This record gives sequence, C-alpha cells and structure tokens, in this order.
Amino acid sequence: MIPELGHFALVAALLVALLQVALPAFGVWRRDRRLMAVASSAAQTQFLLILFAYLCLSWAFVTRDWSVAYVAANSHSDLPLAYRISAVWGAHEGSMLLWVLMLSGWAAAVSVFNRRLPPDLAATTLAVLGAVGVGFLLFILLTSNPFERSFPVPADGRDLNPLLQDPGLVIHPPMLYMGYVGFSVAFAFALAALISGRLDAAWARWTRPWTTTAWLFLTCGITLGSWWAYNELGWGGWWFWDPVENASFMPWLVGTALIHSLAVTEKRGQLKAWTVLLAILAFALSLLGTFLVRSGVLVSVHAFATDPARGVFILTFLAIVLGIAFTLYAWRAPKFVSQADFALFSREGLLLLNNVFLVVAAFAVLLGTLYPLLAEALNLGKVSVGPPYFNAVFLPLTAPLAVLVGLAAAVGWKRAKPAEVWKRVRVPAALAVVAGLALPWALGHRTLLAAIAGGMLAIWVLLTAAQEIGRRVLAKRDRVQGLLQVPRAVWGMTLAHAGLGIWVLGVSFVSLYSVEKDVRLGPGQAAELSGYAFRFDGVEGRAGPNYDADHGRVEVSRGGRVIAELEPEKRRYRASGQVMTESAVDHNALRDLYVALGEPIDKARADGDWALRLYYKPMMRLVWWGGFIMALGGLIAASDRRYRLAQARETVAVRAEALA
Amino acid sequence: MRLRYLVPALVLIGLVVLFAVGLRHDPREVPSPLIGKPAPAFSLAVLGAPQQTYTLADLKGRPVLVNFFASWCAACRVEHPFLMQLAAQGVEIVGVDYKDTDADGADWLARHGNPYRTVIADPQGAMGLDWGVYGAPETFVLDTAGTIVYKQIGPLSEAVWRERVAPLLQGAKP
Repeated sequence: MIPELGHFALVAALLVALLQVALPAFGVWRRDRRLMAVASSAAQTQFLLILFAYLCLSWAFVTRDWSVAYVAANSHSDLPLAYRISAVWGAHEGSMLLWVLMLSGWAAAVSVFNRRLPPDLAATTLAVLGAVGVGFLLFILLTSNPFERSFPVPADGRDLNPLLQDPGLVIHPPMLYMGYVGFSVAFAFALAALISGRLDAAWARWTRPWTTTAWLFLTCGITLGSWWAYNELGWGGWWFWDPVENASFMPWLVGTALIHSLAVTEKRGQLKAWTVLLAILAFALSLLGTFLVRSGVLVSVHAFATDPARGVFILTFLAIVLGIAFTLYAWRAPKFVSQADFALFSREGLLLLNNVFLVVAAFAVLLGTLYPLLAEALNLGKVSVGPPYFNAVFLPLTAPLAVLVGLAAAVGWKRAKPAEVWKRVRVPAALAVVAGLALPWALGHRTLLAAIAGGMLAIWVLLTAAQEIGRRVLAKRDRVQGLLQVPRAVWGMTLAHAGLGIWVLGVSFVSLYSVEKDVRLGPGQAAELSGYAFRFDGVEGRAGPNYDADHGRVEVSRGGRVIAELEPEKRRYRASGQVMTESAVDHNALRDLYVALGEPIDKARADGDWALRLYYKPMMRLVWWGGFIMALGGLIAASDRRYRLAQARETVAVRAEALA
Repeated sequence: MRLRYLVPALVLIGLVVLFAVGLRHDPREVPSPLIGKPAPAFSLAVLGAPQQTYTLADLKGRPVLVNFFASWCAACRVEHPFLMQLAAQGVEIVGVDYKDTDADGADWLARHGNPYRTVIADPQGAMGLDWGVYGAPETFVLDTAGTIVYKQIGPLSEAVWRERVAPLLQGAKP
C-alpha cells in the first residue's frame, strides 16, 4: 500500500508542477499578481509531495519490502540499516527520485528565501524550475518507476552493489546531485532575465548566493568521490578521467567561471550576456552529465544501469530545454551589451581571462569525453581517450589559472596601474619562487622542474590569498577591528583560493613523487618502499554482516620504529558474489602509506604467499583538503550578510515605489 | 539578432545529432578478437567429478555451445529457461561454472534444472580469463574444428538464436 501511495504522490507532484509552470506564466503575461503568487505555493506543495514519495520508498527499503522490484534489486536482508537507507539512491530509479527531490527542494528554497524578489522575476524563475521538474517527473513515471511491484515476490533481495557499501558513497551522490541540480536555480534566473529583458546588478546579487551554494555542494561531491575511489577501488588512484567523473567536473569548471563572471556583472555591470550564457551552460552540462551516466552512450566503470529508452527520453528532454534556452539567448542576449569601456588590465579583464581558461578547460574535457562517441559515429572504430590526453591538455590550462588567481586579487576594478600592481605582488612572487625551489629539496625528494613549478604556483596562490586579508587589516588603525570587519564574502574568496593553492601543491607532489610496488609476501616477510618497511603478518578469515573477508595485517615501520598497523581486506559479498578491495591507509599531512590486498598466490596453504600492492603517496591528503577548503570558502561567501541586507534594502525601495 | 549569439544553439544541434547516432550503438557490443580463431586450450575438472578432466579436445568434432554461467549470476536465471529449451531440442551445450564454488554450482543446477551435457568447474575464472569473458552469462559457439564462430555477451535469447546462431550452425554441421 505504501509504495502505491508514493507512486500516487509522484503523479500528484507532476500535476502540481504543471500548474507551477502554467499559472505563473499566464500571470506574468497578464500582469496578474495573484496568479504569479501561485508559483510559490505550488513549488512548496510539489516539494512536500516528492518528499512524501521519497519517504515511501525509504520505508520500503527499511522494512525490506521485496515485492517492490527496485528494493529487491538493491537490498538484502543482511544489509545494515544505514546502507538500506542509502540504498534508495543506489541505482537508477532511486537516484532519479533523489534528483527530483532536490530539484523541488531548491525550488521550494527559492520560494521561501526570495519572497522579496520582484514578483514577475520570482514567478518566471519558479515556472522555469517547475518546467524542469515536469520533465524529470515524467521521466521517472514513464521510464523508471521505483515503485513498480514484482510478482512472484522474491525470497530475498539481490543486495546493494558492494561498490556502494562504503560511507564515502553514502554522502557522495547526494552532494553531487545537490550541486548538479543547484545549477538549475542559476539557469532559471538566467532564463527569467532573458524573458523579462532585465538584467542588472540586483539580478546578479540574487543569483550569486544560489550559484555559490550549488558550486560548494558540487565541490564537496567531487572531492568525496575522489576520496571514495581512492579507498575503495584499490588502485591507489584518486582521479581517473572517467566519463562519469568528467560529467561532474565540466559543470564544476563552468560553475566556477560563472561565480567569477557574476562578480563582474554585479560590480561593473559588464559581461552580462556572457554570464547568462555560463548560467545556461552550467546547467546544460549538468543535464548532459545525467544523460551520459544514465543512457549508456559511453562505457564507464560507473555505468550502473543503462537503458537506451531512457537515453532517448533524456536526450529529447535535453534538446527541448536547451533548445528553448539557447534560442531565447540568441534572441534576447544582444540587448545586454553594456556601454562602459572594458580594460583588459583590470580585475574584470583578468576575471574574463580566467573565464576563458576555465571554459576552454571544460571544453577540452568535453571533447575528450565525447571523442569516443564521435569516432564511433564516424565509423572510426572504438577508441578510448585516456589520462594522457587529459593531463596533456588540462595541466597547461590550469597553470596560467593559478597565476591569474593571485594576480586578479592584486589588481583593482576598472583600470589598474602596472607599477602599483607590481609593488603589491613582488614580495609574494619572490617568496613563491624561493619556496618553490626549496620545497622538493626540503622534503627530501628529487628535484623535478614540474614539482618546482607546482610548488611555486601553490605558494603564490596561498600568499596572494593571505595578502588580501592582510591589506584589509592593515588599512585600519585598529587591527583587531579591521580583522573583524573583513566581510564574509572576502573570507570566503580567500579560503576558496587558499584551497586551490593547497590542492595544486597536493596534485603536483602526489603525481610526481608517488611510488608503488607490487610484492609477493609470505607471513613474516617484509618489503621496503621509500624508507618504510612493510611487514606482512598474514591473513585470517573474518565474517562481516553480509560479506566474508580475508583480513590482512601489515605492520609498517621506519628505522625500527613502528608507525602503523594496517589492515587491508578483501571482501566477498555473499548475495552477489562480488569481490571488493578495502585498502588500508595510514596518513598524515605529508604522506599516505597505502596497502591493498591482492590475490593469494599459494591457494593450497592457508598461510601461503599473497600479492600485495604498496604505495607511498606524498601530500595525498592536500588534494582533498584543498577541495573541502574550497567548499568551505563557498559556504562562508554564500552566507555573507550583504546578500540578505541587499534584499531587505531593495524591498524598501520597491515598497516606496509602490506607495508613490 | 546577431549571428554569434546563435553559436550555442548550433553547437547544441550538433551534439544532439551526435548523441542520437550514439544511442543506436550498443556500448557493450565489443567485438571479440577470438572470433574466427581456435578456442584457447584448457584443462579443468568436471563439476561433481573432480578426478575427471575435460580439455579442448573434448569440444571438437561437432558444433557445440560453451556457456559461462554461475550460481551468483542473476542474468543466468533469465537465460536458463531458454537453454533448457535448446537442450530439449538436442543442442549440445557445455556449461562452465564460472568463479563459483562447486557446491553452489551443483545446488543451483539441481534446483533449476541442468541444460548442460557436461559442466566444467572453473572456480578461479582461469578459463574465463583465457577466453576473454568479462561477466556471466557469455556464450561461445564453436564449429566442428573447435573454432569460435560467435560470441554472445549477456543472456542468449530466442531472437539472437534465430538470427545469429542458428544460421552459423547450419553451415557448421559435419
């Protein structure tokens, strides 16, 4: 009964979503305030209905209702409760339900927080979000209904994909989806601006916190995904340029560009058409990501559920939504040309340059991701584009970006004097050069040109980020007061840039100085790697709740001193028979020691030799810390009180206008 | 309306066409390099009779289907009734119990019925590795000389049998 209620709630949500599109649109056309106001209540109702449906599906998982086909396919009676709850988004149908839940959640949030928007803008924005919701709800109801029953009822479930039975994967997809779906708000704002023909500083200010919030979720999601792959796949890698990873990375790159171009649009009233285009593109790439993951056009290690019928639906939906958006853009964007002159050597000029690099990088990733498809369509055979292409294209594009990040902070708006800028940046630049040269040597690594360059860029980004705060503090006579008066937006920006610096440092060192070794060890034997001794203490059988594991023990020591006791596992999940590697890692800020259990070489004997994979990875943690610090920066920036104050002030202005 | 503002719309049209073409290809259809080549050699025990070995030589002399299955494989359950039907028609199918324990494999066959004339036990997946198997079920069609003439990835179905496999076997009869 409960699954049917959930299904019914989805149908009702679809009807509400249709109203959310039609009534406000009609209201905007007829300038009828009451019809426009329907948008808010419809958005909230839609959210509650979808939330109800989502809870119904969760209930089916928690109570192990095997008569629901989706539950039976993705759960098992031995599956722990936490994973039964997260199994809701363990496969296609539930992921899509989570997706619309978030979409309606974002729309409801817009309706709650932006009550102060001009009514027609609010109504158009919510109507656009409603239209996107209609598409996805139809998709679920027509091609991927999670509430479908199956008869006869199976005796037990087929278990959740063991890859997904990991804490990292419990939070990774929701974070990622929050980011993907969050860009729908910027998209809706952009369309509202195109429809109304009004795009001013206030518009940019309303859009900014939404964009930053979506971006921070996406940043967290990508970082968590990388962390999960590292722990769970047992290859010691943290980024594979897999189509599904690329699908999340492209909107991130364009979203980052959007955050910066919104700043220019708000402060200087320029780059308006470009900002609107980026807002459309960020969401377009999110939709494209969904299409790539869900349709199976590209083969990937992540391809869980693929079905061509679903692919056709999403492709049609994508063509309609983006077709309308880009047509509107072609028609209305020429109106948004700004009159003010635009100097390249100014903050806005450098931000535009940063945008160009980010968008070109996103385009390069897109090309690499789609190239196999293109080659196949032209009958060039099956090809796959691997990390060599991406690294060769991507790294030259990110290095100038790191230079720009530091420079743009030192350059003022409008027009800057090179001499003044030089005065500001010469100290951090000199320090970065010295520190970059010294860093590999100080950490006891070989001196490599690429590592020096990476170190210099990282230190440069970190120092110039700190300088921004420093300048603001020193400008005030009372230093403490100065520190307290630094707005959150500036703290957020500084932190995000510092996160980038930390990330650059981590990426450079971990990719250049990692050492790995495949060894064969018997119990009691040891292998040496980068000055660390790994002693293998054998393997014992252990039973988990729904798997049997070979539980290994490896003692790591350096110069006779024991550093860590690592316990890698190989798990065989009972229901599906799949084998998973649980690697074991000891980490600090400077290095990771990573052990993955391979195969037993001598199967006849219980205490025989095993294949083990050992890694030494310097500064691995910095890659993820960098990501999380960036996300934290986004959080602080989005909470700046300026956005709330500005809204209140505009309301006063609007009221005054209404009275006059 | 200025032309450069139309660029995004044009790019979109190009991409949609590309995807529409891409959707018509099956990404799982990777051509096997083994087609037209002799089947790789193996020597493994027969399921339930560990002292009895089965080798490549035993597969030669008549057309035969080699079907990789496992008790843990859900799609094999889907395929199973059709294999039973083929066996009833007199088609010789040799099963390979792939990455499975002997007890589980035998139990599965006892429960659902056994369409195989012989079942080879491949608990470590060694034969599967040599034959380029990347998941169960997969089915190889061998001619009288032991040459692989067709490979089916995923469940064998009535349609695949009629259109792809049966014509090959017509020609392969001794």
